[in-house]
Amino acid sequence: MKPPPFEYRVAESVEAAVAMLAEAGGEAKVLAGGQSLVPMLNFRLLRPAILVDINRLPGLAFIKEERGAIRVGALTRHYQLETSPAIAAHLPVLRAAMAHVAHLAIRNRGTIGGSLTHADPAAELPMMALLLDATIQVASPRGRRTVAARDFLLGALSVALEADELVTGVVFPKLPPSTGWGFEEVSRRHGDFALAAVGVTLTVADGTIAEARIAIAGADERAVRASEAEALLKGQALDPKLLDAACDAARAAVNPNTDLHASADYRRHLVGVLTGKALSAAWKRAGAPA
Amino acid sequence: MTTIRLTVNGTTHERAVEPRLLLADFLRGTLGLTGTHVGCEHGVCGACTVLVDGDSMRSCLLFAVQLDGCAIETVESLGTLNDLSPLQEAFREHHALQCGFCTPGMLMTVTDLLRKYPLATDEQIREGLSGNLCRCTGYEHIVAAVRTARDAR
Repeated sequence: MKPPPFEYRVAESVEAAVAMLAEAGGEAKVLAGGQSLVPMLNFRLLRPAILVDINRLPGLAFIKEERGAIRVGALTRHYQLETSPAIAAHLPVLRAAMAHVAHLAIRNRGTIGGSLTHADPAAELPMMALLLDATIQVASPRGRRTVAARDFLLGALSVALEADELVTGVVFPKLPPSTGWGFEEVSRRHGDFALAAVGVTLTVADGTIAEARIAIAGADERAVRASEAEALLKGQALDPKLLDAACDAARAAVNPNTDLHASADYRRHLVGVLTGKALSAAWKRAGAPA
Repeated sequence: MTTIRLTVNGTTHERAVEPRLLLADFLRGTLGLTGTHVGCEHGVCGACTVLVDGDSMRSCLLFAVQLDGCAIETVESLGTLNDLSPLQEAFREHHALQCGFCTPGMLMTVTDLLRKYPLATDEQIREGLSGNLCRCTGYEHIVAAVRTARDAR
């Protein structure tokens, strides 16, 4: 229950960090908040030769409001996102999800970049990046690139990142006008990983749904979008029959596991129930007729 | 070994540390401040919670080497046996501990919760405490103590 020995390096700039990663040739891990990495080290599930500490990198902890988007630096702590007025105003569904992220002591230290890169299938932040069509910003010795969240999240603890690449930030487009949202999660205890969680946005125009987005965490090897349910909703007004059909489609969109916390059947059941609740809340918040 | 300089409960310490030394073990083993308890060593039980530059954090998930220049506060900063802090006094008054193993982490967590959240309802208090495991009390008395500390805030 003590971490194995490692060489400790402090990166003073993004360029220095990715140079250290490149030099280590896959033998290094980035130490950001460490709220997932250090437990894995303590359990000795990982034995990296080198840890590159990025906590002292200047200029990577920020939440910046731009015209159509909110830009968040990779070293921003969960608590900063949870309490940001810009997030509350423009991405209230993200604000609601952040309240479910672990506990205050974890949210004080854990980072946005770390959570996205760790990509736990039951974590809220990767699911929110997928729901909100976020863009991940990545640096490497070869320069900078961006990747859409849907292309970034590959599987359980697996993302489209080379060994010498570092996530530097994430860009969340603001919700369009007339957009309602819903977020529902069930976990064993508050702050535990989700048995299942569902996030929804509904953009409503002239009493019908112009755009529907549904993202699900905890019920597949990665966060998933319920594309068929989204397609069913588009162009329609939400009534009980359509709600049932969308919940059925959401259940069909996931392939959950059985583990000691919940059975696959129960997780699939939860996805249906939580999708129904989140859709109803989103429809109501969009100001649609009851 | 890397030399770090940090303050713990207002006292400056300079020590050479191995990179893999956890903050919890630095506090207990290197500095002899055994008020911070070590339970699970993987960030689940909350017993080792301390304040780092004012924010509550798990000392089992931080390396001492990372904290050069930081200010740490542990349970020893709160009060003494004959002069309990108001929060400690609320725990004593409500019998919010039995074996006491989780108590240092509870106290440091609640210190941060009281600064950051309204804790207006029992549900909010329970959510705030959800990252700290207690196997004795059933939590009722801890919630009552936090209620008292909140009202006295």
